[in-house]
Amino acid sequence: MIRLRRLLSTMAAASPTPMEDIIRRKITETLNPVYLEIYNDSHKHAHHAPMRGVTSKETHFRLEIISEAFEKKTQMARHRSIYALLKDEMNEEGGIHALQLKTRTPKEAEEQAAYKLAKAEAKAENESRKEARSH
Amino acid sequence: MSLFTRSLLRATTRQPFTPTTTRILPPTSFLARYLSDSTRAAIDNAVASSPVVLFMKGTPEFPQCGFSRASIQVLGLQGVDPQKFTAFNVLEDDELRQGIKEYSSWPTIPQLYVNKEFVGGCDILMSMHSSGELSELFEKAGVLAPSEESESTSSTSEAEKKDSTKTE
Repeated sequence: MIRLRRLLSTMAAASPTPMEDIIRRKITETLNPVYLEIYNDSHKHAHHAPMRGVTSKETHFRLEIISEAFEKKTQMARHRSIYALLKDEMNEEGGIHALQLKTRTPKEAEEQAAYKLAKAEAKAENESRKEARSH
Repeated sequence: MSLFTRSLLRATTRQPFTPTTTRILPPTSFLARYLSDSTRAAIDNAVASSPVVLFMKGTPEFPQCGFSRASIQVLGLQGVDPQKFTAFNVLEDDELRQGIKEYSSWPTIPQLYVNKEFVGGCDILMSMHSSGELSELFEKAGVLAPSEESESTSSTSEAEKKDSTKTE
């Protein structure tokens, strides 16, 4: 048992993505999201000036979160709750430098998907009509 | 005079006046991480300096960060009146850069204020832009430039919004 625990802890320490792991753990624990995608965009920003001297490969993140916990909260409140969750990671030297957030409730995500689908269908219909006319 | 006069003059799109004296900023105390009264007062002034105020990295002409650049572009697309807009470059003033984060309880830059009210950061701006909320907010605040261009963009986003409510 102790050996297993030690193995797990060394595995955690050796993770190539320690920051992503922290983000995933904190958000999962606190918000219990139905969907969580963490994109690491750090490579896109590695050459910009504030990143000089920063060796971390985990500085720029983009999070897509769908959670019931956002219900009845403004976007501002949702973003603030995530900033609060990751306060230490954002404050530490060489920590998270940029954090893009897309925070939705399951209901909002569904509505947006339905809207997109309806729009795509309308477009397809339009095109097929156009085609029929040209024939 | 506000502490941030220098960045205001550099970053604002208007040219209000040429300062005759250069104010020397007091050395920033590295020990004080809390928001001092003088910083708070200076930020109060900055926030109230125009109906639309953006705290950004770089200037509207030369943004130093992609998110600041995107925010400026959105304000342009929305047709915000340059006469009613001021940008503050936080990179020119470390006290402002740290202070604004505490002032707004928001840890990232850019930050948008409309009529002294904090609206949000880049992501919020973008989503409000595409949902039509932003043009509504700007219209209500009366900060749009009186031109055909701004009218046409606001009417299209209005139409889009009506569209989206229909499908719900």
